[in-house]
This record gives sequence, C-alpha cells and structure tokens, in this order.
Amino acid sequence: MDDAAKKAYWRSNVRVVSVLLVIWALVSYGAGIFFADALNTAVPDFLGFPLGFWFAQQGSIIVFVVLIAVYVWYMDRLDKKYGITEYEEEVRHS
Amino acid sequence: MTDIQLWTLVFVVITFSFYIYIAYRSRVRDTKGFYVASGGVPAPANGAAIAADWMSAASFISLAGIVAFATNGYFGSAYLMGWTGGYVLLALLLAPYLRKFGKYTVPDFVGDRYNETARLIAVIAVILISITYVAGQMAGVGIVFSRFLGVGLEWGVLIGMVIVFFYAVLGGMKGITWTQVAQYSVLIVAYLIPAFAISSTLTGNVVPQIGFGEIVSQLDAIQADLGFDSYTGALEGEALRNMFLLTVALMAGTAGLPHVIVRFYTAKNVRAARYSALWALFFIALLYVTAPAIGAFSKFNIINPDSGNGLNGVPIADTPEWYNNWADVGLISVNDVNGNGVIDLAADAVPAAEAVPGQFGELVINNDIVVLATPEISGLPAPIVGLVAAGGLAAALSTASGLLLAISSAVANDVYYKRINPGATEQRQVLAGRIAIAGAIIVAGYFGVNPPAFVAQVVAIAFGLAASALFPIIVLGIFWKKTTAMGAASGLLAGFGFTFIYVITTVPIVGDALTTPWFFNIPATSIGAIGLLINVVVTIGVSMFTPKPTPVMQELIEEIRYPGKSKLVEAHLTGAIDEEKLHGESGH
Repeated sequence: MDDAAKKAYWRSNVRVVSVLLVIWALVSYGAGIFFADALNTAVPDFLGFPLGFWFAQQGSIIVFVVLIAVYVWYMDRLDKKYGITEYEEEVRHS
Repeated sequence: MTDIQLWTLVFVVITFSFYIYIAYRSRVRDTKGFYVASGGVPAPANGAAIAADWMSAASFISLAGIVAFATNGYFGSAYLMGWTGGYVLLALLLAPYLRKFGKYTVPDFVGDRYNETARLIAVIAVILISITYVAGQMAGVGIVFSRFLGVGLEWGVLIGMVIVFFYAVLGGMKGITWTQVAQYSVLIVAYLIPAFAISSTLTGNVVPQIGFGEIVSQLDAIQADLGFDSYTGALEGEALRNMFLLTVALMAGTAGLPHVIVRFYTAKNVRAARYSALWALFFIALLYVTAPAIGAFSKFNIINPDSGNGLNGVPIADTPEWYNNWADVGLISVNDVNGNGVIDLAADAVPAAEAVPGQFGELVINNDIVVLATPEISGLPAPIVGLVAAGGLAAALSTASGLLLAISSAVANDVYYKRINPGATEQRQVLAGRIAIAGAIIVAGYFGVNPPAFVAQVVAIAFGLAASALFPIIVLGIFWKKTTAMGAASGLLAGFGFTFIYVITTVPIVGDALTTPWFFNIPATSIGAIGLLINVVVTIGVSMFTPKPTPVMQELIEEIRYPGKSKLVEAHLTGAIDEEKLHGESGH
C-alpha cells in the first residue's frame, strides 16, 4: 500500500468503527438506561417484556454480537479492496 | 453420601481428568508457547478459550443472583450490558492493533509505546487487578466443594490449587487455552440444560429467553404486593446516574483486563484476532442472555406464595430441603424480626437500619447460591445438580488459570527478563514463569481459604482499576499518534491513583470502610468511570506540552493500523530498531 491508500484505508476503518460505536452507545446507554423508562411506557409488551427492560437484559447483548459481526465482515471486505492478503503472523517479546 | 454428592463427584472426576489429559497433551517448552501458545490458535477455539477465561465464578455463579436479588431486578442490567459491551470496545479499538504490535504482554505494549515508568505502573496494575480477581475464583471453588461434596473449604481450595498448578505450570498458555476450550463446553452445557428444563416446567416454553417474558410480569405483580419496586421498572435521579457510571466502568474495565487482552496475541494473525473477538462475544452472549432468565425464574420460585418449593409465608420450622442445605453452609438465613415463626418477605418486614446485604424481607440470601440452588429449588434430578456444580468449577478454574498466567508473564517477562536478567535463556525465562505461577497459586489459595472482606468487592476493585488504568492509554496510544510517554505515565498515575484511593477509603477492606463515598456520593463500584475520565484528560493535557514521540515511533504506530505485513513492525519485533531512534533516549 502506498501512503494515499493507507490514509484512505485508515479513514474507512475509523468511519466504520465510529458508526458502530454510536449504535453501541444508543442501544446500551440510550435504550437500556436513559430512555428505558420512556420505552417501557411506549411499548409495555414486547415478547412479554417492557421494551426498555428487554433492551437492558437481552436486546443490547444481541446487538453487540451483531455489531462485531458487521465489523469483521466490513474489515474483511476492506482488506480485500486494498489487496491485503498476507497478514503479520509473528509474535515476539522484546 | 447423598445422590447429589455422588453425581457431583462423578462429574467433577470426569471433567478434571479430561482437563489434565488435555494439558498433558499440549505441554510446552519455549516462551512463545508458554506465553502466547505460539500465536497459533484457530479463531473459534480462541474465542471459546476467551469466553471461558472471561466467564468467572462471578459470571457463572453470581450473575443471575446479582441481577435478580441484589436490587429490584432492572438495576442489575448494568452488569449484563457492561460485561458484554466491553467486548465491542475490545474488538473495535484494541484487539487487531495489539495483535499487529505482536508483543507478549500488556505492560510490553505500554513499555514499548511509552516508557519504563509507564511499564512499571502497568505491571503493578496488572498484578493488583489479577490477584484481587483470582482470590474471588478460589473462594468460588471453595463454595462449590463445601456445599456439594461436603469436604471442608480448605480441602476444596487445595484440590483446586493442585489442578490449576498442574495444567498452568505444565502447559503454559497452550495448555491453558486448550483446557479452557473444554471448560467452556462444560460450563455452557451446565448452564443451559437447567435453564431449558426450568423454563419448560415453569412457563411451558422451552426457550428461557422467551419464557422469561411471562415470568417478569408476574414478578412485577408479586414485588408490588410485597411493597418492593417493580422488577422491570426503570430508574431516575442519582440511581440512574450511578447505573450509567457503573455500566461505563464495567465496559471499559472489561476492555482493560490484562488476562483478556493478552488472549488476542494467541490468535494466528490480525484477521484471526478480529474473528476471535466475534466468537468470544458470541459464546459469552449465550450465557449472558440466559442469566437474567435464570435469575428471574429463581426469584419467582422463591418469592411466589403459590410455588411448591418457595419460602414466602413458610413456617421457619418447615422450610424446604434446598433451603436447609444452603442454610447449613451459612449462605441463606432468616432473620425473624417479628418473631411469628413464619418467613415474611414484605419490604417493611425488617427496618432499613437493620438490613444487611442480600436482605429480602426477612430472608437474607447470598447472590452466589442462586444459580447453584436453582436446579434443587425447581426439583430437577440429582445428575443436573451435579452437572451445574461441575460447570461452576470449570468457570472458576478457567478464569483462575488465565489470571495466573497474566501474573506470571508480568513477573517473568516484564520484571525478571526486562529488568533483572536481560540475558536470560529461553529455558530460564520459562522456569521463571513457572515459579511465578506457583507463587501466585499459593497467594491465591491463601486468600481462598481466608477470604478477606474485600472478596465481595472484587468487582469494584478489579474493574475500576482496569477501567481507569490500562484501557484509556492503550486506546489513545493507538488512535492518537501524538500521545507522549510523559502524558501516558501521568494519566495512568492520576486515573489509577484516584480510583485506588477512592476504593480503599470507601470499601471495607480490613474492618469498616474509612469513610462514606466522598466524591458526589458515587459508589465504589461506579468510580472507575470517573478514574477513566481523569486518565484521559490528564494524558491528553500533558501530551500537548511534552516532547512528541520520535518520528520512528509515530511511523510504527501508523504501521500497526494496517493488518498486512510491515518491515517496520518486524524490525521492532526483532529489536533491529535503535532504542535512541525509537524513544529519543537511550537506556530504554
């Protein structure tokens, strides 16, 4: 990769990470904590649960797994686009 | 010997022999195998190992109880979201870059990226966090042995020590990783089978995550009758703020725990590190979406006045057998304040001033027994009770071994090899690592037999320290090239120092706590979030006014952002880069 490609790769990386972290914060801190009361009132019966409570004890965890899956998929695609096929495999101590 | 003891013994003997056999098959000789399993573990296996490493006695034994009993029910969601949400941070912000960096330990990254002062503080943080945490595991092993096998706590802990010693010392990271894969399988089966069984008998729906929905509305009604807050009700004001801060501290703490971070070095390459994080959270989520259901089922069975095996309104002389078994080991009791000889669960049965931790009406219940007691409460057969006990042991032992390895690599790699004897041969380093593990096991065993008062506060201490110490400076070190060595060392010291002082002054460590929470009345469990903020602010502030990292260092940071092979990273790994050029100072 030349310098321009590296910059573009990193920019795409930072963008996808930012988007995913916004969703991460919205489902946990948002739906699960700060808006839990409002969601409980708005949807008192989602599969038997008040919706805010469901997000706090089930929904957020399921979304977390999906977020990492999207990240892994996206990064694989990005690596391919920039022709990264060989990965660093060495581990050492100093 | 009762049926339950017999079946527990059968499962414990089978699973333990299995672990030892695996450890023997994967024994190692060199440092690379000892510390990072030669960096060659496939992603699904690595994910299962991370999951077992991560899910401790706290997750397996205590989590459901914390959610259902420690508060109204909803507040405990902070633990569910915090302990899983941290993996999103790990996967997106840490794992791929640390794997590309390619060093063995967390202090190694801190020392190489910043300076020796930062490395030293990081080593102290790693050792403190790990020892606190491992003491809790040994105590968990003791609970399972004393309750289910009827052996003394001391013998229980001793057996646990010998097993962990055997496979950690022999197999190092390689042995531990493959043993943890087996332990994950045992613990998840042991957790899910009773959950399915209870859900289908209680709700008629075999999927606990669905059956759970029917139970929570009934719990809301029962808690309202007894005068408690609703099970699902959201919070406001200070309670809401504390729940938010607790969730932040647990998430950042999860992402900063040294024994979890180090697992990403065992992945084959950067791509495998990403997949390891995905597999790990998937395996962890299986347990974490089940735990709140088990907690709710258990609470429902205990407090529902119509359930056959519950305690609500039961005469004290006529308590069910499961209650008597746990009361014998002192983990459940009744404080009959009104002296009527009946267990009264109303919220006002015991005056608030007399309430102790775990108080629910006149009942005092230890969080740790909820999962272990649930099969008995629900009347499941003895083999399932035995299986759950074996699962609890798997959870405690797998986490203990991962922590011991983190301690050992901090001592043997970062202290012995880097500071004391840089000329040490491979054999001597592995020997030092083994001696360090042995020493750590003895310390952990001592705390397991004589649990200090702070074991119950392990969460506050370990997660608060991890969140405020390691997480922010690693993330900043990767994402902001201009983070300076002095900035990181000051941030580390300020964040870690503040949290440490806050925790030791407000938590009962020896005797009573020195003071009440003195910083905006924030409880010690949530304070890591503030420590994290302090660390970030100080690191950024000091970095603006101190000498920038050398051009070579900045280029190296840039290189670890791309997953492909890189000459500079390789040169750094082989030590071919001149210290002076890398750090702008010699004698590093």
